[in-house]
Amino acid sequence: MSTATEVEGLLRDLAPQVLGALVRHYGGFDTCEDAVQEALLAAAVQWPTDGVPANPTGWLITVASRRRIELWRNETARRRREETAAALAPPDPEPVPAVDDTLTLLLLCCHPALTPVSQVALTLRAVGGLSTAEIARAFLVPEATVAQRISRAKQRIKASGADFRMPPQAERSERIAAVLRVLYLIFNEGYTASSGSALLRVELTTEAIRLTRQLRGRLPGDGEVAGLLALMLLTDARRPARTRPDGALVPLAEQDRRQWDAWAIAEGVTLITETLASAPIGPYQLQAAIAAVHDEAARAEDTDWRQILGLYELLHIIAPGPMVTLNRIVAVAMVHGPQAGLRQLAVAEADPALAGHHRVDAVRAHLLDIAGDQEAARAHYRLAARRTLSVPERRYLESRAAQVAPPSRA
Amino acid sequence: MKYLILIYSNPKSREIWEGFSDAQRAEGWAFYAALTEDLAVSGELIVSEALADPSLAKRVSVRDGRAMSSDGPFAEVKEHLAGFFLLECESFDRALEHAARVPEASLGLVEVRPVLDLGGPDM
Repeated sequence: MSTATEVEGLLRDLAPQVLGALVRHYGGFDTCEDAVQEALLAAAVQWPTDGVPANPTGWLITVASRRRIELWRNETARRRREETAAALAPPDPEPVPAVDDTLTLLLLCCHPALTPVSQVALTLRAVGGLSTAEIARAFLVPEATVAQRISRAKQRIKASGADFRMPPQAERSERIAAVLRVLYLIFNEGYTASSGSALLRVELTTEAIRLTRQLRGRLPGDGEVAGLLALMLLTDARRPARTRPDGALVPLAEQDRRQWDAWAIAEGVTLITETLASAPIGPYQLQAAIAAVHDEAARAEDTDWRQILGLYELLHIIAPGPMVTLNRIVAVAMVHGPQAGLRQLAVAEADPALAGHHRVDAVRAHLLDIAGDQEAARAHYRLAARRTLSVPERRYLESRAAQVAPPSRA
Repeated sequence: MKYLILIYSNPKSREIWEGFSDAQRAEGWAFYAALTEDLAVSGELIVSEALADPSLAKRVSVRDGRAMSSDGPFAEVKEHLAGFFLLECESFDRALEHAARVPEASLGLVEVRPVLDLGGPDM
């Protein structure tokens, strides 16, 4: 007998293969996806007690095919259509499909006709094998909202006329970039979750890493896929140290580095080192390289800020953005002193994407704090705390404001 | 990101509503139903509710560990919260677009507030 956890892991691995086999055989991604979802739910209930069948993929394909025919009959009865023999014969459950459909499925779920939230929900269900209820809990929204997103996404795919096949070569890199964005969104949702609610949540970071590993298995030569996997590993390695038991955030400089996951760091460092040496450079690789420099420092004061600054300069050129600008300024301050950072911050603030952003206040407060201007630091920490949209970040900024030495009463 | 659309009521909006014919009021309800349906279909709606009249509100206060309730002073308030939509949208702009469809927006009685997120970024 297998535990429910083992069964769940197996089902998630098999989900894309089973769905691929059904869509290939019958067409109609929409109905096939619903049928596979029901087969997965049935297996999740039966297998832990009855045991895993000898050919689990075959079992799932058979059950999903039967379910699909029922769904299809309901639909055709409504439309008063005749059944055809082809639609009834299940695909051969043996042998296990030789074609690997995971990549095709990922590209379809991250189709450009869908909004990012729909891409995320559909990817987690169709490729990740998660149930609608699990996805809803992970994102703290009602189940009906997720169900609606998924059904809406499937309608859109249908309406866009997208086929279950690899997109033409010319579109491929853009489509793969969309998949990477979705996987990174899933990772970040899990990574930034505060510890309290995490107990009820599927481990989205683990799921994102698992899916990115699968993608890397299909695209071993893609530097950005490797870069994203390395970035996830190197970031997730710090997760045990980034929150206190009460949920409060611990800044990188104050984390207990002994709690970091040394295995994940070793894997991430090896991966990014090999990739940087062999693939064309890209934003995920640069971010992974920055994470690697942080992770390799045994103490915060050992951090090689010159190297980090160099990497941010590169990132600023190939993938500029407001957060890259701010992080680069922090690196400038660490290398050239807080006044240099503050000067650059004053210039950067002119960018409309940064004007009034709470992170500008947070960075300014931090730099003023280092520079010894405590009164101004406190004021900016408070301003940032008021403007952030994150509960843990507000808590952190309020506590920083309180920690800055009170003004002398002389 | 989650956004809360707050819809207020004031003497002017009440006067307009009360001056409507039954057909006009039915049209108003249908308009709300259509907006709610659209938001549900797009997967952005989390919940929407209309609130009972403020004369039915009670104010709760705890003194010496004992909870007491009294009829709220809200009945006297000129402008009050009449209903809300809790949405999950891609952006603030998208939430504002939806808010602009609320009929009360033509009277300046609609407000959009971002909801705090439980996630925390790296510091």
